[in-house]
Amino acid sequence: MKGMSLIVKSITNVVIGFIFIYGIYIILHGHLTPGGGFAGGVILAGAFILRIIAFGADAKGEDRSSLTASVFESVGGLLFLGVALAGMAITGIFFLNFLPKGVPLALSSAGIIPICNIAIGIKVSAGLFSIFLAIAAVKSGIED
Amino acid sequence: MIELYLFLVFMIVAAIIATEIKDLLAAVISLGAVGFSVAIMFILVQAPDLAIVQIVVEVLTVVIFVAVILRSTHIDETVGKKIAGTQITAVVLFSVFAFLFLFAMFKAIQELPAFGNATMRIAKEYIRLGLTQVGGANMVANVILDYRALDTLGEATVLFTSVIGVVALMRKSGRKK
Amino acid sequence: MIIFISCIILFLIGLYSIVTKRNLIKIAIGFALMEYAINLLFALIGFRKGALAPIITSVDSPHNFVDPIPQALVLTAIVIALGTTALMLVVIMRIYEKYKTFDIAEIKKLKG
Repeated sequence: MKGMSLIVKSITNVVIGFIFIYGIYIILHGHLTPGGGFAGGVILAGAFILRIIAFGADAKGEDRSSLTASVFESVGGLLFLGVALAGMAITGIFFLNFLPKGVPLALSSAGIIPICNIAIGIKVSAGLFSIFLAIAAVKSGIED
Repeated sequence: MIELYLFLVFMIVAAIIATEIKDLLAAVISLGAVGFSVAIMFILVQAPDLAIVQIVVEVLTVVIFVAVILRSTHIDETVGKKIAGTQITAVVLFSVFAFLFLFAMFKAIQELPAFGNATMRIAKEYIRLGLTQVGGANMVANVILDYRALDTLGEATVLFTSVIGVVALMRKSGRKK
Repeated sequence: MIIFISCIILFLIGLYSIVTKRNLIKIAIGFALMEYAINLLFALIGFRKGALAPIITSVDSPHNFVDPIPQALVLTAIVIALGTTALMLVVIMRIYEKYKTFDIAEIKKLKG
């Protein structure tokens, strides 16, 4: 996929950092404010996709991104499952909230929920980004 | 709550345009109009979590649709063609089914609590005990990640399956020419 | 009452598109419309007049919230809908590469 014009590239350079920080904020504050792993993950995937659309990618770079995305998707899924299995190992109940609850309305509260949010955020962003790479990036063999 | 009705009328008009128009790109833009109206309606019925997700997902849906249309064709050549016999059968069967379905849904909706008066039989307990049992301030996060976390694990598996399907269907190496 | 029926009508427009249209992209659009209608119906069922979004802002304020359970059920379904729509579009794209048309009647003719 070719990149777009200079205007798009400059605007993307300015905006993409803010989108990224917003996505991470949505994931980390998922247990206190609207949002969570699904919303933040989709926003992060949008940031990656914006970068690919604006700057383009050659075949080599696309292969590398695709590999990284699949690794991160597996890491997110395994982290989520690992939290569930840790609950089973420690207390005997699948998905039990085994960590201390902390002070209500503080950032470090709610036990396993922030960890699950981070795992789902990684998984959703990597999954949607690899869907986009497969469909829309460098022409994947329509002409050959 | 008049704005909810206005948005629903707008969505129905946009949906009819999306299904009937000849240019596929215009159809996809109309689909985007429906999706963003859904996001605004989520805000109006006090569901900010859903609105955030719906806006970004709608952008990605339109991007993927446009990517597919750009590498094929954007003219729907079936619009305005001679109507085949099977299509008339399909329309007749659909009308019968739609009538029966509307009747059944009408009966079912009468059993529901009226709009704006949700009973919240389970949710009352979740809201009363959520802050002490789980500790999160966002009730939706409490429900999806603690009370009903197994459901979320299943949904994550479905997403994983669809990603595997997309990547396997679009792979470059190992395909027959 | 009327608002629920309007959601059902939106659902039926999507079903009409799936059953009677011959273009594959129009069928995919019909699936997306049905998803929106059902998600919206769930969110509307959980609404209460004068209630707030289910986020606790201080410990001892009265908890007058809309129903969080339909919202939790819909939240995951929206993201899953994106995944399934992408899978459907990829299959459609491969069909187009093989037959060079979106018309399902033509595709049937070419095959038989």
